[in-house]
Amino acid sequence: MKRFEQFSASDAISGPPSKADYWVDRSFRTVTHLCAWLILAIVIALLWQIGEKAIPAIRDYHLGFLTSAVWDANKDQFGILAEIWGTLYSSILGLIIGGFFGVVMAIFLTQDFLPPLLAAFFRTIVELLAAIPSVVYGLWGIFVVVPVLRPVANWLNETLGWIPLFSTTLSGPGLLPAALVLAIMILPTIAAVSQDALRLVPYRTKEAAYGLGTTRWEAILRVLLPTASAGIFGALVLGFGRALGETMAVAMLIGNSNQITLSLFSPANTLAALLALNFPEAGKVEVRALMYAALVLLLITLLVNMLGTALMHRTSKALGVKTR
Amino acid sequence: MKRISPAQIGAIFFLAFSGINLSLAAETVRLIGSGASFPFPLYSAWFKNYSRTHKNVNIDYQAKGSGAGIQDFINRTVDFAASDAAMKPEEMARVPGGVQVLPMTAGEIVLAYNLPGNPKELKLPREVYPEIFLGKITKWNDPKLQSANPQIKLPDLPIAVVRRADSSGTTFVFTSHLSAISPAFKNGPGAGMTVNWPSSDKFVAAPKNDGVAATVKQTPGAIGYIEYAYAIGAKLNMASLQNKAGQFVPPGPEGGIATLANTQLPEDLIAWIFDPEGEKSYPITTFTWMLFYKQNGDPKKAETLRDVVEYCLTEGQKMSPKLGYIPLPQNVVEANRAAAKNIQ
Repeated sequence: MKRFEQFSASDAISGPPSKADYWVDRSFRTVTHLCAWLILAIVIALLWQIGEKAIPAIRDYHLGFLTSAVWDANKDQFGILAEIWGTLYSSILGLIIGGFFGVVMAIFLTQDFLPPLLAAFFRTIVELLAAIPSVVYGLWGIFVVVPVLRPVANWLNETLGWIPLFSTTLSGPGLLPAALVLAIMILPTIAAVSQDALRLVPYRTKEAAYGLGTTRWEAILRVLLPTASAGIFGALVLGFGRALGETMAVAMLIGNSNQITLSLFSPANTLAALLALNFPEAGKVEVRALMYAALVLLLITLLVNMLGTALMHRTSKALGVKTR
Repeated sequence: MKRISPAQIGAIFFLAFSGINLSLAAETVRLIGSGASFPFPLYSAWFKNYSRTHKNVNIDYQAKGSGAGIQDFINRTVDFAASDAAMKPEEMARVPGGVQVLPMTAGEIVLAYNLPGNPKELKLPREVYPEIFLGKITKWNDPKLQSANPQIKLPDLPIAVVRRADSSGTTFVFTSHLSAISPAFKNGPGAGMTVNWPSSDKFVAAPKNDGVAATVKQTPGAIGYIEYAYAIGAKLNMASLQNKAGQFVPPGPEGGIATLANTQLPEDLIAWIFDPEGEKSYPITTFTWMLFYKQNGDPKKAETLRDVVEYCLTEGQKMSPKLGYIPLPQNVVEANRAAAKNIQ
């Protein structure tokens, strides 16, 4: 009884909200709304500003810009087919490698394979990878990855050269070193987000699977992974987005040569590298073309993200999992 | 991700120190410059030494690249600029009051290579090295290369050509030289800050002088064009090139001095040496320029600029050889000194 009196006496617990409460509530709501809309506004402003500067180039080069592979500032001939190809090829390769290892690592670190302390230690190490600046990755690629890959690549070229993937020798920078470094760069993102997704799977689900008599691997592959698939897919899309836009490390490793080839060992080029390397000293006409290229990169990234989200919804629906 | 160049770090330090100096000396003159990265190691040494002896002067130079330097200069956001490609008349016309262009130093562009066994003194004949950069000679043991180098057993290795990925004054000078000695190059890629190199999986591009140096160092069978100072820094082997007189000349101060001695400086002080005469001339030698306003609108600033130029022409030239640049011949120094009076 005494306690009840205490409660009813303090109007913090019950009682009508004061004017200040209303005011705080309303302003907080306005601020959150503003922030949400601001993000949309920033995206639109970005698209609009870059698009506006690209308009002269779009008018001059039309869609031929997307299907030509020549970039010659002296003759005012610009085309980015090779860059689009290189961007997608290197990012997809990086995603396949980085995605595989990232998801495997997430399973390893969340499914009680390791004592908790050791798992926490590994987690920190993987997350540390995300803190390394991309120039350092680039240098590491030049001085470590390329020399290690070179003999392997040239052996593959000698013995299996008839396969288009191995049709050239690796002299130095090239697609494979860039893709490998990209894979390592996107690994922390994929591993961290996938871990969260796996940890969100209710313990009961796992217990139920064990209860039905599954082995550990069956439980992981048939129950846990599908249940967490939406989150893992999100991790992959995030990682792919990062790979598409990565600039410095790729510019140092890919060879920046306008080649369109399936060979993993040939130099190639990416949109981000093209932009970073040509902007500082570009003339007026070239800047317009670069803006056009930037717009294309932006659209590719948006498209990939939208496709990813759509696919995510579809797969999770097919698997009967509710997405948030 | 934005890469912070040593120049920018240098600029940050400069700013930090200038803040300290401001509080000490009331009448500090602050000069801001930007432009070519090719002479940056030398310029930064000059300005550091000058500021050491002249406590009330701070000079802040940012190696943004020649094109960016010219842009800054036209927009009047700097007090002076530097450019490997001098300045075009139409660009000068956009600066009210006029521009004084001064050749401050000269450098060489070298062909650095990386071959197994580290053979020194590779000789490249005049008709051969343009073909390498045209993608026509693709193997190190090509008969044309082997016959010019009987003392070296050249390997059966593909030639990996390393070029600049970014637009640069170095590329401009190098491709201008190749265009001057090879009609095929002139009609193919041509000369420019960036050119359309042959499409080949053996042509790779790296950003900046140091990027090309690192790639050549890491790639067996590579050859690339870089500024002499950077090749020295990376301890790369450099090829001797055959000059117009038919002699093979190794890169270094001697060949550069000979080239400059054979060069006549015109009235506007802009001389291009794309194919020098002379037995001892190193073929790819180039001046690099600083750009000044003829009317600064600030007598104190103009006086300081003239003093800095005088310092660079006297004390500064003594530092050049050690850093891989070529000291200016006396006639060029005199011409500069006379022209520097136009900076008002």
